[in-house]
Amino acid sequence: MQEHSAKAKAPATVPLMFESGSPGRTGFFWPEEAGPTGLPQELLRDEIPGFPELGELEVLRHFTRLSHLNFGIESQFYPLGSCTMKYNPKVNEAVARLPGFSLIHPLAPPALLQGAFELLFGLETALAEIAGMDAVTLQPAAGAQGELAGLMLVRAYLSEKGNPRRKIIVPDTAHGTNPASSTLCGYDVVQIRSNDQGMVAPSAVAKVMDESVAALMLTNPNTLGIFEKNINAIADVVHSKGGLVYLDGANMNALMGIAKPGHMGVDVLHINLHKTCSTPHGGGGPGAGPVGVKNLLRDYLPVPRIMKSGNGYELREDFSKAIGRVRSFFGNFGVLVRAYAYIISLGSDGLAETSRMALLNANYIRRKLESVFQIAYPERCMHECVFTDRLQQKRHVSTLDIAKRLLDYGFHPPTIYFPLVVSGALMIEPTETESRETLDAFIDAMTSIAREAEENPDLLKTAPHSTPVRRLDEARAARKPVLRWEPKRD
Amino acid sequence: MRYTPHTPSDKAEMLREIGLSEVEQLFDHLPAALRDKAQIALPPGLSETAVKRRMAALAAKNGTAEDWSLFLGGGIYHHAIPSAVDAVISRSEFATSYTPYQPEVSQGTLQAMFEFQTLICQLTGMEVANAGLYDGASAAAEAVLMARRLQEGKHRVFVSRALHPQYRQVIATYVKNLVDVELVEVPFTGRGGIDPEFLARQVDERAMCVVLGYPNFFGVIEDLAPIRALCDRSGALLATVTTEPLSLALLKPPGESGADIAVGEGQSLGVPMALGGPGFGFFACQKRFVRSMPGRLAGQTVDSEERRGFVLTLATREQHIRREKATSNICTSQTLCVLASTVFMAMLGKSGMRRMAEVNARRAHRARERLVKEAGLAPVFSGPFFNEFVLKAKGLSRLQERFAAKKIVPGIPLAEFYPELQDCLLICVTEMNEEEEIEQLARTFGEG
Repeated sequence: MQEHSAKAKAPATVPLMFESGSPGRTGFFWPEEAGPTGLPQELLRDEIPGFPELGELEVLRHFTRLSHLNFGIESQFYPLGSCTMKYNPKVNEAVARLPGFSLIHPLAPPALLQGAFELLFGLETALAEIAGMDAVTLQPAAGAQGELAGLMLVRAYLSEKGNPRRKIIVPDTAHGTNPASSTLCGYDVVQIRSNDQGMVAPSAVAKVMDESVAALMLTNPNTLGIFEKNINAIADVVHSKGGLVYLDGANMNALMGIAKPGHMGVDVLHINLHKTCSTPHGGGGPGAGPVGVKNLLRDYLPVPRIMKSGNGYELREDFSKAIGRVRSFFGNFGVLVRAYAYIISLGSDGLAETSRMALLNANYIRRKLESVFQIAYPERCMHECVFTDRLQQKRHVSTLDIAKRLLDYGFHPPTIYFPLVVSGALMIEPTETESRETLDAFIDAMTSIAREAEENPDLLKTAPHSTPVRRLDEARAARKPVLRWEPKRD
Repeated sequence: MRYTPHTPSDKAEMLREIGLSEVEQLFDHLPAALRDKAQIALPPGLSETAVKRRMAALAAKNGTAEDWSLFLGGGIYHHAIPSAVDAVISRSEFATSYTPYQPEVSQGTLQAMFEFQTLICQLTGMEVANAGLYDGASAAAEAVLMARRLQEGKHRVFVSRALHPQYRQVIATYVKNLVDVELVEVPFTGRGGIDPEFLARQVDERAMCVVLGYPNFFGVIEDLAPIRALCDRSGALLATVTTEPLSLALLKPPGESGADIAVGEGQSLGVPMALGGPGFGFFACQKRFVRSMPGRLAGQTVDSEERRGFVLTLATREQHIRREKATSNICTSQTLCVLASTVFMAMLGKSGMRRMAEVNARRAHRARERLVKEAGLAPVFSGPFFNEFVLKAKGLSRLQERFAAKKIVPGIPLAEFYPELQDCLLICVTEMNEEEEIEQLARTFGEG
């Protein structure tokens, strides 16, 4: 195994754009135009100190070299749990770049935007059908903003009934955004523990559920990849005390054509289009977090809403109960275009097959790795599975070490140390777009890493060995933050 | 099936490994009542060719900046975007990667974020900037929320009526459920800027912050000095919101005028209009506030061999660590749009940004002069502007057809947002509006 630790020839790091170039250089040409700018001199700044001065090729080489330092879906398997790193189809990119979508202005007269409105209306309808909800807003820019908007709907609805209530129940397996969004919506968070099957028990909800609770936020399948099979009973508990059920739809990729949240007693949910509907993650956005509701919340949806009118579509703002606007204009339209293209590409059968194959791939990995790594919960998994580092801890090898070693094998690691209820969690979501051969290669790598953990734990603890940079000092970055380049002072 | 590579024999063998014989058994532990009703009633799938046709047909129903003369700004701007920008953001290493939680294989994204933070600091004249937020409107709301964290005991937020109307709506939505925030709308003056006298009367030690556009929704460049003085007197924070950041290549940056927080929408820097999204919000402030900031931050550090590298840092502010005590619930930073903008700013650079900004200002000023002198439109505000301005055209609604016939959208009618501004039009002129278009705009108004 020793040859693995031989240092790979790491590419040199790339200089910052501010450290390259030469005074007076630019990658932009625009003919000189004569005449004054019309602005008084005292309003103007001097030249922007430190701003880059690079040529076009220099810029491209800079960013191309930077791109080589990244893992991406088209070069590496990327089984990040709860992130649904599926293939991002090229046709979606092509159609999103049509001038009829990319060169339209949101404040143009509606007559010039009929195609866009038709698309948005069609997407709302399709998402409502997939999730079994009655109405959808596409405005939220991301899942977390969808959560905020969804909770605002809950709050507006309950306020109208006389009391917005004070608390939101969130299970300990929830994404961190759930409690953060609750706080932002003016609620206190009550955390409940999942049971030893990794699920929320109706009795645990009943214990804290009373008239002070506005809603329960539930993820289903939850972040352990387990279907909350008691969800309807849980919803009954919440509804019996006048509360509402919010579904974090981050894991919708497990459910298409398999079960609809609208049938689970869910009143409001968000869907992450950058997960389930294949739009690229972009290194951290843009995403989109549409919110679907049952009829009881319809009147509270953000404005403007797109309505059919005669032969066309119009924008309507005249909803007195609406929570207002959560984002400027129409949300992340370019993302919505891609999601719509994805949905019409696959159609009803393709969407159902998508979730089925997502389940097949996750269960296959789970079966093949369960003899090598300890599975967190014995329950059957849906689209992702969670292992722990318990077996490897005997050799003082942690989840972090396993993740870093995977990089040497050319795989992006799973999500690690989440959900928080699992010590040393390794959360694997292969998605449906991976072939059996890729899964087998990943399984081989994980198996080989487990062997290395036994035979040569140091190899893991010092990993990665072959990446452009090695483990980075995160403590130092936080202790003395350097958040921008600054010119050297003499 | 498209995008799922499983052959029938793959499925059979994988199922056998799992110990099943049918795909449906993978979810037979779900309640039957749910499974039985799960069929999705949508049309069947389409070939790629059919998808392209359908999407092209929808796209063809929209009026684009290629086919129409659009004099539209109001928060979203049509600018030249070098082809290099799309080439870079189309690279799958950038487009398909996740938030850079594994820094060893994300240095490309992380370094670009660090460079972006630097560019925003330089452009705004501020000390620190984050790696991006959803959009300008939520960035403005986050500015208010940060002021709330920093200004305990103060609860009045003064928001200029000349701030973008949708931004004001979003701020209102965000703070609606926070009992300790009171929004106060500040009127505008004949200059088209925030009313300093109103502020002088109202701003006292209860003032948490003052939020105003720079340039504002009317395109007017606010005079920040007197507002800064008022803030100094009362202890309020000054937050500027810039929807057209190209202007900051030419105008005194907010940091030079004493802004505590400078936020805005970044779309105009290299991102196509796309019906107003996705773009990105930028968020910059004084260094002493850094631990109260929302959003992602890339920071410089070293690896175990002392090589420079970058990581996401100060994550203890964030929801995946702090959960309900986080500074914000946001966990994306519109990174691909931020990258587009980073490439855009690198391409134009110091001289190119200045050149483009000057062309905008020059053409806009010339257009305004023409519309007033030749077409008889009436000036509405007296304040200086960058590339958009407000003029009054009598009987504006009756002119629509005439403009439509010539494929011109002359501007944004303001009456919808400001009932007091009947017949007023917010007209934006960028480097994409050629002289002939401007001439035709003036001529079409003049025909009346």
